[in-house]
Amino acid sequence: MFGFRKKSPAAAASDSDQTRARLDHGLKRTREGVFSQLRSLFGGDQQLDPGILDDFEDHLLTADLGIRVTTEIMDDIRARVRKKAITTPDQLMDELQAALIRILEPVCVPLEIPENSRPFLIMMIGVNGVGKTTTIGKLARLFMQQGASVMLAAGDTFRAAAIEQLQVWGERNQVPVISQVSGSDSAAVIYDALQSARARGTDILIADTAGRLHTRHNLMQELQKVMRVVDKFDSGLPRETLLVLDATTGQNALVQAQEFHQVVGITGIVLTKLDGTARGGIVFALARELGIPIRFIGVGEQLDDLRPFDAEAFVGALLMERS
Amino acid sequence: MFDQLSSRFAGVVKKLRGQARLTEENIAESMREVRMALLEADVALPVVKDFIAAVKERALGQDVSSSLNPGQMVIKIVNEELVRLMGSESSGLDLSTQPPAVVLMAGLQGAGKTTTVAKLARTLKEQSHKKVMVVSCDVYRPAAIEQLRTLAGRVGVEYFPSAADQDPVAIAGAALAQARKQFIDVLLVDTAGRLHIDNTMMDEIRRLHSSLQPVETLFIIDSMMGQDAVNAARAFNEALDLTGVILTKVDGDARGGAALSVRHVIGKPIKYLGTGEKETELSVFHPDRVASRILGMGDVLSLIEEVEQKTDREKAEKFAKKLKRGKGFNLADFREQLQQMRSMGGLGGLMDKLPGMGNMPQAAMQQVNDKQFMRLEAIIDSMTPQERVNPGIINGSRKKRIANGSGTQIQDVNRLLKQFNQMQKMMKKMSKKGGMAKMMRGMGGRLPPGMGF
Ligand SMILES: Nc1nc2c(ncn2[C@@H]2O[C@H](COP(=O)(O)OP(=O)(O)OP(=O)(O)O)[C@@H](O)[C@H]2O)c(=O)[nH]1
Ligand SMILES: Nc1nc2c(ncn2[C@@H]2O[C@H](COP(=O)(O)OP(=O)(O)OP(=O)(O)O)[C@@H](O)[C@H]2O)c(=O)[nH]1
Ligand SMILES: [Mg+2]
Ligand SMILES: [Mg+2]
Repeated sequence: MFGFRKKSPAAAASDSDQTRARLDHGLKRTREGVFSQLRSLFGGDQQLDPGILDDFEDHLLTADLGIRVTTEIMDDIRARVRKKAITTPDQLMDELQAALIRILEPVCVPLEIPENSRPFLIMMIGVNGVGKTTTIGKLARLFMQQGASVMLAAGDTFRAAAIEQLQVWGERNQVPVISQVSGSDSAAVIYDALQSARARGTDILIADTAGRLHTRHNLMQELQKVMRVVDKFDSGLPRETLLVLDATTGQNALVQAQEFHQVVGITGIVLTKLDGTARGGIVFALARELGIPIRFIGVGEQLDDLRPFDAEAFVGALLMERS
Repeated sequence: MFDQLSSRFAGVVKKLRGQARLTEENIAESMREVRMALLEADVALPVVKDFIAAVKERALGQDVSSSLNPGQMVIKIVNEELVRLMGSESSGLDLSTQPPAVVLMAGLQGAGKTTTVAKLARTLKEQSHKKVMVVSCDVYRPAAIEQLRTLAGRVGVEYFPSAADQDPVAIAGAALAQARKQFIDVLLVDTAGRLHIDNTMMDEIRRLHSSLQPVETLFIIDSMMGQDAVNAARAFNEALDLTGVILTKVDGDARGGAALSVRHVIGKPIKYLGTGEKETELSVFHPDRVASRILGMGDVLSLIEEVEQKTDREKAEKFAKKLKRGKGFNLADFREQLQQMRSMGGLGGLMDKLPGMGNMPQAAMQQVNDKQFMRLEAIIDSMTPQERVNPGIINGSRKKRIANGSGTQIQDVNRLLKQFNQMQKMMKKMSKKGGMAKMMRGMGGRLPPGMGF
């Protein structure tokens, strides 16, 4: 294993420094005492009036947790307020934070790659425009920094300039990109790349696929076919099937995950675009319903803008007031 | 998801049954359901709150006088209000200006801007016969320029070349100058995706906007977007004074509450919907369709429409008057209702459309098929007019005659009379107008106890 829990070395200055600083600052603020902002909202008032509970509920709803999960959490909190198990705003905040972290902890499992897989296959799947190709660039960077050799497969043979886009990420990381002409068979490209990676003894092969909506039956079948071809290459091939989800997505993210999971079986999730104001609250329903590990979060468009998923930091950022 | 929602609205219908007037108390419950439905559809919370307030205001104090029951009426108001807020039918692009008319695309990362440029270019070229040029000012995303170049070639419009080492504002200026030279009608300008909180990037697109003076500045938004849609839309609108919105990826199954959020927050029209990845997959915006999608209740609405259209209003009113005069509900009225129900695809057809009814046991559904309707009608047909108006006179020998005449058993006649009696009681309880509709609902929405055929 390549020590994925290790901290990556300080990255060179880049355009996204500002963005990352913001997020990191957010996380830090979180650790220092999560709800400073929320606290100030309620001031020194030590009474728990129902308005506070409603404010919390609204906060969760606007973070995309969804009405069901929010109601469950708040019902529980309200019950404990009634039983006087929670009596102060501070307690309330602590309890809420703990409840949220409890939901996410089971899915906070880092990706561990067995050594000597040669290659370990990472399949990137998801709906259109969520950040699959960009995340490949970031992952390649991460694995390279950890000393692994990486190869990319241009499995999106459909979208205009998808291959060229991946090639740019290959160049940035100085890793080989296996591709065929646009319009060729995606499964064939990935099979090619598998052969090539095995022949060269590459540690990790990351395969891009075209974005597809889970409602497009034929495209989902095509994905199944890709998986069959991978099995044909080596049914015991160690692999990770990463579903990429956009943090700005609302309740549909759950449907997406369920559908992709049913069709090809997901082993991990990446949540992208957390550098905006979206909170990605849909992961709570995901954790509940599917329990699939969330491996990474995307926090920008640059090479270094990838973080391992950390339940505490995530909940902290989620509960922080918007700036 | 759809099933759950449907039964939610079925709950609204059921809870409000028999209410003559919509009051604060009796609609509170249904407003809770509506709130949940909207939140599940990703309508932003502040928008949900405003919306519910508006619906409440409209619904309060309304008499339940139409052919709809109170629950259906609430749903109808919800839908109408939603459609109203969604704005008018697609107005298309307004390109009336000294050419070249510039159209600027803006939005978050991956929303579908570049793809939509190709779709718009294609429609403008093929349907409006415009001379179109496209240009990419996206110098950030890898191969973004190449993507637009490929798409321009595919739809066969002019492509103004740019490169990743150029300045976006300079690219735009050069493209505009070239468009003038070539007597281009429309210049479509693609831009990089950007976060609304990224000051540098928002400033850049502001500069693009002021140097291009576009006639249309379109906000491209992913229909799957959640609560954050309001924040993004507001910020883009403040920076650019948008002229319209295009909602993409509606070929998915997201309920598209973002559409309502955006519309509510910026008040600009939704102009098109992206319905697929291909250049041809662009469609005009129909507010009613998006509205019923958000509510997840297309079937409920079509049922309401059907009931409204097919119920002969005159007959209903005549009937209501008659009830008022105290003449009561007789078997002739009963037969008329049976015929009307049959013309609407029978009880089975009605039930299929009613949310929550899909789960009725198969056997129960089979019991209420058209044959039974016809049998009931046949029995009534075999009665004399006097018997129909005054069923009290139907004694043993009359029953025997009726059974023979209609090819049924005496038990069938008895059952019909018993059911009729129950209905009559129900009818007596009902006050004022709308009796016919209520009756039908009584049978169609939920079978009153003892009404199984
Ligand atoms: N702000 C931000 N933007 C991101 C992030 N990840 C990806 N993006 C941007 O999102 C857009 C789409 O990213 P892609 O990597 O092309 O997405 P994809 O899933 O491969 O898209 P398709 O292949 O077209 O389905 C690009 O503009 C990326 O730069 C992120 O974590 N934060
Ligand atoms: N299914 C579907 N896919 C769409 C639609 N519109 C765009 N896409 C896909 O969404 C993905 C992103 O589209 P782009 O046009 O690259 O999005 P963009 O806004 O230009 O992205 P950036 O430039 O990175 O910000 C691509 O895979 C498109 O094929 C649509 O209406 N339906
Ligand atoms: Mg891609
Ligand atoms: Mg683009």
